[in-house]
Amino acid sequence: MTQIETDVLIVGAGGAGMYAALAAAPAGAGTVLLVDKSLVGRGGATVMAQMTVAAALAEEGPDDWPLHLEDPLAAGRGLCDENLAAILCAGAPERIREMEEWHVGWARHADGRIRQVTAPGHSRPRCCYVDFLNTGPAVAATLRRRIARLDPIRRVSNLCITDLVTASGEVVGAVGLDTAEGAPATVAAKSVVIATGGLTRIFARNSASANLGGDGYALALAAGAELTDLEFVQFFPIGHLAPRLVGMDPIMWDPFRYKLGGRLLNGAGEEFLAAYGSDESAGYSTPRDLLTYAITREVAAGRGSPHGGVHLSFAHVPSASIAAAFGPVVERLAKNGIDLRRMPVEVSPIAHYHMGGIRVDDRMQSRVPGLFAAGEAVGGANGANRLSGNAIPEALVFGERAGHHAAVHAAGRRHGWRQQAAAEAVGQVRAAAGGHAGDTPAIELLGELRALMGEAVGPFRTAAGLAVAIRRLGEMRAALPGLAIAPGAACNPTLGDWFELRASLNAAEAVARAAAARTESRGAHQRDDFPDTDPALASSQTVTMDEGGSITAGFMR
Amino acid sequence: MSAIGTARLRIHRGGHYDEFAVPFEEGASILDALLWIRAHRDPSLAIRYSCINANVCKECTIAIDGRVDYTCTTRLVDDRLTTLDPLPGKRQLRDLVTDTVPPREKL
Repeated sequence: MTQIETDVLIVGAGGAGMYAALAAAPAGAGTVLLVDKSLVGRGGATVMAQMTVAAALAEEGPDDWPLHLEDPLAAGRGLCDENLAAILCAGAPERIREMEEWHVGWARHADGRIRQVTAPGHSRPRCCYVDFLNTGPAVAATLRRRIARLDPIRRVSNLCITDLVTASGEVVGAVGLDTAEGAPATVAAKSVVIATGGLTRIFARNSASANLGGDGYALALAAGAELTDLEFVQFFPIGHLAPRLVGMDPIMWDPFRYKLGGRLLNGAGEEFLAAYGSDESAGYSTPRDLLTYAITREVAAGRGSPHGGVHLSFAHVPSASIAAAFGPVVERLAKNGIDLRRMPVEVSPIAHYHMGGIRVDDRMQSRVPGLFAAGEAVGGANGANRLSGNAIPEALVFGERAGHHAAVHAAGRRHGWRQQAAAEAVGQVRAAAGGHAGDTPAIELLGELRALMGEAVGPFRTAAGLAVAIRRLGEMRAALPGLAIAPGAACNPTLGDWFELRASLNAAEAVARAAAARTESRGAHQRDDFPDTDPALASSQTVTMDEGGSITAGFMR
Repeated sequence: MSAIGTARLRIHRGGHYDEFAVPFEEGASILDALLWIRAHRDPSLAIRYSCINANVCKECTIAIDGRVDYTCTTRLVDDRLTTLDPLPGKRQLRDLVTDTVPPREKL
């Protein structure tokens, strides 16, 4: 069996994980192991980000980080961890300027200033970007080049971490599935950073890549860490639904609406926003939560588009304006058979970002000594809703802190690894890799899980629906040992499915239980049976797992 | 409503080829079809992809009728037989998965 020793283990190699590796090396970590279940620097959410990055650079006019901080605190509806939000806003300008020194290529004015635009919810132009719709890929490519230059960083692709290993209440390493060989591997580590992103993949309609199924939350829960704000999943209201659009991120319609003011029409071709109290005569102004509500209601009332969303039409916009606003993107749409002058597209709310995550202190450490978190996997900074532009700063700023403090934690410490503490997890990987006869493959339940979460734990929730979801998730969890796993361990996708399902079930249950316990509507959490905000619930919940694997959610006392 | 068609895919499985008939809506990609096969016909079909749709991860490259291309951006064609092979010049690990991990990123 492959056995590795490292000072710092980083799980997940998107923006947050790569930055954590960059920070751990100069902070004294002799060895940094950066692992990803897909390819290092190519999976996760960072590469998917097309839009903007918020940082108080003051390139367009006066701005500073305390002004930036006011905006996420307002959007978070009273639930932001103000400490974390302040760390995020204060740290963003340095990280964004550093990316510029590393040649990321932020869009600039003719006089050299970095261009900053006003994204929704921000009080002033603060959001920079890389043209055209290329922000995330440019950031990821820049970080990939940097990590390749630092000797202490060892990169490992195709290693899916399945369990963390603890001894005497501290994290001492991890067990993983080497997916190429279909064999277990162990990593003894003095500290571990979870940078696996969020959990949007567990919803049927989402903007996620393949590896955002909530792995990091499941790892942290089982290791004894607390999660927070799990019920707050951001649904992007006008995600692309139909016709099939490939080669583009499904959330790409937002800038089109800002620039061109596209009209939303129901299945009968009628405007419907006014019926929900929104007036768009002066442009695109409907808040995301109201837009999601209106679209969901139209579909529920039988007035949806053929694929179960609504139409977004630009037929009233002169074609010269469309071409001027989006030049090359219009050609990419044409390749998809989409001509905005002639036809509407179908859109619907899709899971886009998760505000919740692992509860950490200001060193990004969870309550488990040696276990850190970075990026979207961290909960608290965004409270009940996230502002556009705050996700990449979160990856870079929290990545820097987590990597730095993980290295400091590791310095001078001995390995606490105990093979015996890893034995059960290693045995489980071996057993799964041996194959299993059964009628139901894990991929079937993954499909059911996503449909169930979309229906019952989606943008609008009720006590009855959540109870059904929680019961069914428990049944699926009980079915795990009997699921079919195909023979042949090497590169066996059914092995990955099984471990993904195991993690996603725990992440899904954590969301559903937190949603059931929050008997009010606030930010991204909306209850049909409790439509009002309850001032008595203006605090975050804590989700934990007990020794027997039971997950509970509740408000802090 | 988009037209429904049926694509036929002939897929290299190591020593032999398997053929699948895949129903699809207009505009669907080869990757959509491979994911459909995994969900509804054969979960053991090994493929590689990450970003699914956005064409940014570049992991899904294979040979499509002998031409190297991305499965996520190549369209299905109704009633046509398309042959899918692993990337040429790389060691085949299983089905359409080849050894594309840089040597320095291996265990």
